[in-house]
Amino acid sequence: MTDATQGPDAKTGVTPDTGLRIVEEELAGPVLAADGTPLRRSLNKALRRQKLRALALIAPLLIFVLVTFIAPIADMLFRSVENQIVSETLPRTVVALRDWDGEGTPDEEVFRDLARDLVIAAELKNHTRLGSRLNYETTGASSLLRKTGRGVDDIGEELTDQFIALNPAWEEPATWIALMADEGWIADQAEWAAEKEAAQGPFTTREPAFRLRDGVAEMLPRTADIYADFARLIQTEDRDSPTEEEPWNIVYQALWEDLTLGPVTLPEDEPLLAEAAVAAPTFDALSVTDAFVDMDRDWADPELWGTIKAFSGKYTAGYFLAAADFQLTADGIAAQPEDRQIYGLLFGRTMFMSLTIMVSCILLGYPIAFLLANLPMRTANILLILVLLPFWTSLLVRTSAWKVLLQQQGVINDILVWTGIVSNAGRLALINNQTGTIIAMTHILLPFMILPLYSVMKTIPPSYVRAAKSLGATNFTAFRRVYFPQSVPGIGAGCILVFILSIGYYITPELVGGTTGTFISNRIAYHISSSLNWGLAAALGTILLVVVLVLYYLYDRIVGIDNVSLS
Amino acid sequence: MSDARETAFVEFERVQKSYDGETLVVKDLNLSIAKGEFLTMLGPSGSGKTTCLMMLAGFETATHGEIRLKGREINNIPPHRRGIGMVFQNYALFPHMTVAENLSFPLEVRKVGKSEREERIKRTLGMVQMQDFGGRRPAQLSGGQQQRIALARALVFEPELVLMDEPLGALDKQLRETLQFEITNLAHELGITTVYVTHDQTEALTMSDRVAVFDDGRIQQLAPPDELYERPDNSFVAQFIGENNTLAGQLTQMGDHRCLVKLDDGATIDAVPVNVSKPGERTLVSIRPERVEIDPELGPDAHTLDAEVLEFIYMGDVFRTRLRVAGRDDFIVKTRNRVGQKRLTPGQHVKIGWLPEDCRALNG
Amino acid sequence: MKLKSLMLMSGAAIVAMPALAQEMADEMTIVSWGGAYQNSQLKAYVEPYQAMHPELKVTWDESSAEAVAGMRAQSEANNITWDLVDATAADSMRLCDEGLAMEVDHDELLAPAPDGTPASEDFGEEMLISDCFIPQIAYSYTFGYRTDVDAWDGRTPDEICDVFNLEEFPGKRSLEKRPHNNMEWALICDGVAMEDVYDTLETEEGQDRALAKLDTIKDQTVWWTSGADTPQLLADGEVVMGSSYNGRLFSVIEEQDQPVAMLWDAQSYDLDGWVIPEGLDEPTLNRVKDFLYFATDTQRLADQAAWISYGPARKSSAPLVGKHAELGIEMAPHMPTNPDNASNAFVQNYEWWADYRDDLDSKFQAWLAQ
Repeated sequence: MTDATQGPDAKTGVTPDTGLRIVEEELAGPVLAADGTPLRRSLNKALRRQKLRALALIAPLLIFVLVTFIAPIADMLFRSVENQIVSETLPRTVVALRDWDGEGTPDEEVFRDLARDLVIAAELKNHTRLGSRLNYETTGASSLLRKTGRGVDDIGEELTDQFIALNPAWEEPATWIALMADEGWIADQAEWAAEKEAAQGPFTTREPAFRLRDGVAEMLPRTADIYADFARLIQTEDRDSPTEEEPWNIVYQALWEDLTLGPVTLPEDEPLLAEAAVAAPTFDALSVTDAFVDMDRDWADPELWGTIKAFSGKYTAGYFLAAADFQLTADGIAAQPEDRQIYGLLFGRTMFMSLTIMVSCILLGYPIAFLLANLPMRTANILLILVLLPFWTSLLVRTSAWKVLLQQQGVINDILVWTGIVSNAGRLALINNQTGTIIAMTHILLPFMILPLYSVMKTIPPSYVRAAKSLGATNFTAFRRVYFPQSVPGIGAGCILVFILSIGYYITPELVGGTTGTFISNRIAYHISSSLNWGLAAALGTILLVVVLVLYYLYDRIVGIDNVSLS
Repeated sequence: MSDARETAFVEFERVQKSYDGETLVVKDLNLSIAKGEFLTMLGPSGSGKTTCLMMLAGFETATHGEIRLKGREINNIPPHRRGIGMVFQNYALFPHMTVAENLSFPLEVRKVGKSEREERIKRTLGMVQMQDFGGRRPAQLSGGQQQRIALARALVFEPELVLMDEPLGALDKQLRETLQFEITNLAHELGITTVYVTHDQTEALTMSDRVAVFDDGRIQQLAPPDELYERPDNSFVAQFIGENNTLAGQLTQMGDHRCLVKLDDGATIDAVPVNVSKPGERTLVSIRPERVEIDPELGPDAHTLDAEVLEFIYMGDVFRTRLRVAGRDDFIVKTRNRVGQKRLTPGQHVKIGWLPEDCRALNG
Repeated sequence: MKLKSLMLMSGAAIVAMPALAQEMADEMTIVSWGGAYQNSQLKAYVEPYQAMHPELKVTWDESSAEAVAGMRAQSEANNITWDLVDATAADSMRLCDEGLAMEVDHDELLAPAPDGTPASEDFGEEMLISDCFIPQIAYSYTFGYRTDVDAWDGRTPDEICDVFNLEEFPGKRSLEKRPHNNMEWALICDGVAMEDVYDTLETEEGQDRALAKLDTIKDQTVWWTSGADTPQLLADGEVVMGSSYNGRLFSVIEEQDQPVAMLWDAQSYDLDGWVIPEGLDEPTLNRVKDFLYFATDTQRLADQAAWISYGPARKSSAPLVGKHAELGIEMAPHMPTNPDNASNAFVQNYEWWADYRDDLDSKFQAWLAQ
């Protein structure tokens, strides 16, 4: 009787659990199955088949969950670091800004790249989205880009006029095609145009995609670059042909830049270009920087440029920093201005209120669950229905009912005034503040505390308390030392449920919480549906998820998740 | 235990119990238990035995009557102040405490000092041969081990009275027998008064000083095991304790220690009158299977009955023969498997007989 | 064959409908604001249209408050489920700027006035604020106040700055949980001239100044998000004054007969109209265009005014505005455009808001949360 495995009442024999272990222990000298294969191998084979069958059974659900739940969450989480929009919308500017030291306004070259980027962005209507994105970091960027988007296509207009004045051929789309387009493409395009001409009825074949001439990119790099984009956009966005459209002003601007800025080696057979190259330095060109600053003086602001530079990467920690009341600037990480530091406050408030709600639920729910668990089955079932009743009414209805009850002219205040507990002038503010949120959410989440508590308490046999009493414990001691510790798993399960549900709740706080009783989730909802700052919403959501997981982990360390009973 | 009444340690006097106000589950219970006695309450489920135990422990209150412990009425004393140790059916070991903590619990609530607690826990665990298990949780123990701990916990605060509510019910047969032996030994060694509830008659017979057989809310018979077996007071006890053959008949002649019973098929037999009084009454005659002899060599005045063998079962140490006797097909005879013992074959006609004192005429 | 097409053509001429011969979808999802306003659209446009086209099934989605978010999400998911969206002027401009709403030719899409004036002239420059915007109504944000507040000693608020006057007019106020209008009113009551409001608001200092003014009543303010909130709060006596759309206040004053009156001073004009999401398939687009041609004609816009006190967007509809469809009261005096009401009206600068909404929203929401 000194050793558990040797006593008369020890557990002996091979169980499914010990079977595998025994097999492994005996593998030193391999045990063979009836057909001569090693026993472990045939056992593994049999188990694998079982596992595969089990997997096949859960596969539909697994796929469903993956597609409808995991994938959207992963996508949302990805948004919290994703930041392609700046580098995609301003590809040239981002490259040019690499050499900017963060001091003062960037030089003319950067503005020239910006002009080319923004003309294309405005054509694609991407500039407003970029504006919204930058506005999350620097207030004013949204209006800045909207305004700029309206004026950017005028940049280079004076050069357009001067090129045309020099030689009217510059106005002709055909001149540009001859200069820029690949000869093969010109032939393809002509063939396509002829087919279109000949076709009866609707002609659905698209014009062949524009191709640049070999060598032109080396000869006139900026012009070729922007002209290629121009041709592409004319074809894809406007469903038009570059053979029929006069290039944008920015193309003339680029041509002027090419002709005046770099050493250009022009081929012999381009008299038009040669003529332009001679005349270009004499043109009356305006500064692109000035053009931008004229549209909005914010373009001269180094802070804005700092933001663009800081957010030029494809991925950014900016959303997470913003979620923690920091911001990313050209000089690194800095605290948000004080009037925008709200997330720390909101996270703190969310935690505090969720804990308050959780504790209220325990205080209110424990006695009810105890009562339910100790009543005869039939009475308990009726009471249980009363507990579940709130589940069967819509959340909105319940929350609205709380509004009616809690407001200053509401039922509770009326009763308090009528009984003389408060004066008519001193009606309590029970709604549109934290009190309202705590009251309404405690009510809504109470069943989530009661049910796990009840199911755990029901499994605590009355004999434990009896045993404690027979051993000399008073009612209170029996409860404290014996009953309560055994109901802790129920409290744990209820707490996890209530806490996790409440930190993610937003409808009720939105309706009864006013401005001081709202949660971080309200902020997430605001960023999802109103400000459309999905990246920040995703970052806040990720932080919330991490907080929940950390709490879960702590709970597991302290109480043990095995001790949680949900059924 | 004839002096039980004088030195009564526990007394039930005219105790009644009703849960619903309409039916009595315990009807007029009178019982005295002597100090140091091992008393078993035996009965089928619903007979009221557990209710009696719970009233004694204080978890149920008597509707009527008095329960006394050491001469003091305890009806209104809450369970935790009665100082009675109790072992529950499913042990009720606190699952969130280790074995040592379980044992420490009754000592802690009695404010026993730490060193003495440890000392007593060690000693008590030693008594149940579980001294190395103090650090385990109940869930890590086998059923028998849990049972020992439950016993130790009921003993650790040295109560004078220990109640046990079917404590061995969940264990397998072999283990049960070992523990029966250990429990009785321990109880006698420590001089504890024990009230033991079970529905297993073997357990009751092997462990107890006295057995109270319960049925229908009453004690049918209160007697030491041998008396209960050999001299049942009524047919319920006779049927409930051990195997038993009954034959129905009518009392024809009544003497002091003998009576004559005319069986329904006309045969007449001798019997000891137990609770029959005058000729003409219907009666059930009870004979234990092992007291029946086949083809007996008895005196000329002994009555024998004709019987036909219906079935013969070889059971190792005994043979079990089923006979048709006096129109009934369920008459069992057990014979020892000894050298030369006859083995009967079905269809064989034999005579059976017994000593008149083994045949008891009970209430009809 | 010839006869049939002739009949079709004459039919088209009678109901003056373009695109009749085209294939049209049988289902259409309209996004609107819910409540009395959506009901007025149902009664004035959709039910009569469905009477002519019984095969059409209309689904309503009350998501106009989230029009920009919804359309951006649908566009990103490449799954356009909204066919016609009712949006405010500023939202329409944002949607247009972002390429989420379709640009339309108003004269081609919309019916001319009964006298033949082209649609663009009938609506006028001030209504056609964006290429994507098809105007329906002019409404305004106004204040309603309770007429039975004891603490006011018989005084009633008669100018906008009484909203900020807690001494003479104590009690809770309700304001919209968005910066627009609130910021302008705050500046006006802080001494900025109406015409300088947006120049001031453009600067950091101006924004801080507006918020500082709002700070003075912040703890007495209930913030609303739905147009139904203020009327309800007023009716319950939860607030003593509050801003809302004038139509909602009309309904609480006239239809529900509550002790509430209207403060027209510094009412802030806004427009509301349709936008067509970019990327509809051909049959749906045909249906939407066909519906819009009908729903925005002179008579239909005037009909809508019989259900709600918003001014029709067409000049030609104004003379046709009559009595309330159920109460039988004249609607003209309740229109925001009525000269008595409009004496000190404030014209919201939608274009400015389209540009600055993001900027001010983030600032305002941060201010609210603090």
